[in-house]
Amino acid sequence: MRSLKRVAAWAAIAAGSLGLMAAGPAPAQSSDPIRIGSTLALTGPLSATALVHKLVGDIYVDDLNSRGGLLGRKVEWLVKDDQSKPDVARTLYEQLVTSDKVDLLMGPYATGAILSAMGVAQRYNKMLIHHTFGIPSLAKYDKHFPAWSVGPKPEETVPTTLFDALAASPKPPKTMALVTSKFPSVHFMSLGAREVAKKRGIQEVLFLEWEFGNRDFGPIAARIKDANPDFVFVGNIGLEGNMLLEAMKKIDYVPPLHFHLYPAPGPMVAAPEGKNALSVTIFEEHPPYTDNPVAAKFVTEFNKRAKAAGFPYTKVEVQAAASFTAWQLLEAAVTATKSFDDAKLADWLKKNQVPTIQGVLRFDRGNNYGDDLMRIKQVQDGNWVTIWPKEVAAPGATLKM
Amino acid sequence: MTLPSLSLLSQSILSGVFIGGMYSLIGLGLGLSWGLLRQINLAHFGFVFLSAYLSYHMATVWGLDPLLTLVLLPPLFFAIGVAMQWLLSRFLISPFNSLLVTFGFTVMIESLIQYVWTADFRRLQSGYGEEKFVLGPLYIPVPELLTLVLAVLFAFAIWAAMRFTDLGKAMRAMAEDGPIAAAFGINQRALSLILSGTCVALASIAGICFALTFTLTPTQIFSWVGVVFAVVMLGGLGSALGPLVAGVIVGVSEAVAMAVFAPSWAPLVSFSLLILMLLFRPGKV
Repeated sequence: MRSLKRVAAWAAIAAGSLGLMAAGPAPAQSSDPIRIGSTLALTGPLSATALVHKLVGDIYVDDLNSRGGLLGRKVEWLVKDDQSKPDVARTLYEQLVTSDKVDLLMGPYATGAILSAMGVAQRYNKMLIHHTFGIPSLAKYDKHFPAWSVGPKPEETVPTTLFDALAASPKPPKTMALVTSKFPSVHFMSLGAREVAKKRGIQEVLFLEWEFGNRDFGPIAARIKDANPDFVFVGNIGLEGNMLLEAMKKIDYVPPLHFHLYPAPGPMVAAPEGKNALSVTIFEEHPPYTDNPVAAKFVTEFNKRAKAAGFPYTKVEVQAAASFTAWQLLEAAVTATKSFDDAKLADWLKKNQVPTIQGVLRFDRGNNYGDDLMRIKQVQDGNWVTIWPKEVAAPGATLKM
Repeated sequence: MTLPSLSLLSQSILSGVFIGGMYSLIGLGLGLSWGLLRQINLAHFGFVFLSAYLSYHMATVWGLDPLLTLVLLPPLFFAIGVAMQWLLSRFLISPFNSLLVTFGFTVMIESLIQYVWTADFRRLQSGYGEEKFVLGPLYIPVPELLTLVLAVLFAFAIWAAMRFTDLGKAMRAMAEDGPIAAAFGINQRALSLILSGTCVALASIAGICFALTFTLTPTQIFSWVGVVFAVVMLGGLGSALGPLVAGVIVGVSEAVAMAVFAPSWAPLVSFSLLILMLLFRPGKV
């Protein structure tokens, strides 16, 4: 039965996403476009990442319209600027539903804004597919669908994948320093990693927490150096990982193995001290991900348009892949149900598996989450490459120490 | 709680002294403006970051030596400070309203930075960033050392200027009692323009040091406001040496809290010190 559903889903995707590869004239369209509404943090502290989501949305919608749109109707994407503020996101989603009367919703970027949008979607019974929501246990609405496939308990499954990768290395770590930001979607993951490490018998030689916005990483670096661990788990977001590595470099300390939960991908790969840094991913620009022709074409288009837009980091990684996946989910549901009805779309997504560029997604486990598709990547020769599990690792890539 | 090793403690204290140098360099101009001009210039933080970004741009895009920007940027920012003071005095902005108006300037500067350099992270890569001295178990990075040296140098230079020059004495007189000072022939308007220009030029120097030490992102502007305000208030409004001493005390206290207890306690330090000062020595804040 499951395989039948999967075949049906593949057929839906083939009619949709794989059309990226199709050439030829677009079919005739009705006069009324389908309006999809969302907000993004186009200004404010989250704008650097949100602009990636904007670019991906533009790429997808352009391509979708070149293929005839959704069910023969042109797609119009209405994006409002939530200024990186969850309260503004909530107001704007209200506007999108009540005033702009959009047909469908697409999620904003960042956990706080997604949670706000989810509340509005729930009030109006709208389906909400979203990109990168960090705390699955908070997502209670039954018509929400996460495109970032971290599973219902990432605090257990993600560290398990990480420690599996480390255990398979030539010299598995015996001691660990776990240092973490208290940023909400980071902190619970770090605490989960602490528990997983304990169960695996890895000795914790240092545990430190800092408030988000910490300015001086010198004393933290000095304490890690003093503890002399085999492995450093850094529960960080954005630039914190770079700041810590810079502080370590100033005291001539290079950690033997270091993992960063949510680093800013560009700065980490560009910094000399980011060498061999480990992190998590759902997609990187190498086979087997790019063996998928949809993914390969998306990568080419994203690289080109990101460069033209002046992005400092022009490669497709977690954020761009999650964003693309969100649009794939929406298209697959509409194509399969031949409907724009939120209830029908949500019902279909709950019952079916959807092939995407990051893998096959399903939503039949806790809080509409499915499998944890997070993999482990490492900075090698100035690039992020997936190193674990082996089946998705870049050709020939293994953990470097 | 386990006691840290001597090398860990000394390295942490050194790190605290260096971050304290940054606090005091940023706080110096802010405190002078607040104490002598009676303006709570929130735009000071915006100017620090604008200078940091310009320094980054000059070094990265134009290929200038970052230290050369120490010569180029302060005169430009002096002119900006003069223009801002002219604007504030032209519209008779009260001290409280100056807080609101300069907050507006800060938001405008942040938007300008985002527009020109985007919200992405920017890092000034220079040879200085890699340089450091090793003294026994201690590592002394050059950019931080430069910041501390400049903080000490400017604190003492301004203290000396205020104490021993006619211009400095006139500024102190103006701050003490403007009308009486004017009756003795002190040109308040000209002095205000010079002082404002000096404060903003000091902000630009802090910004250059900031770019040499930290990775830049526009929204960081506001994350420095709380601790630098605490340093300025602890050091005494209008004081030149006060922010230096207070900056180092706050920086070292934060670093020791991070080394001995937990890094998450560090943000409590500056305001705890401020509250203690208000409780036990209220006249000094």
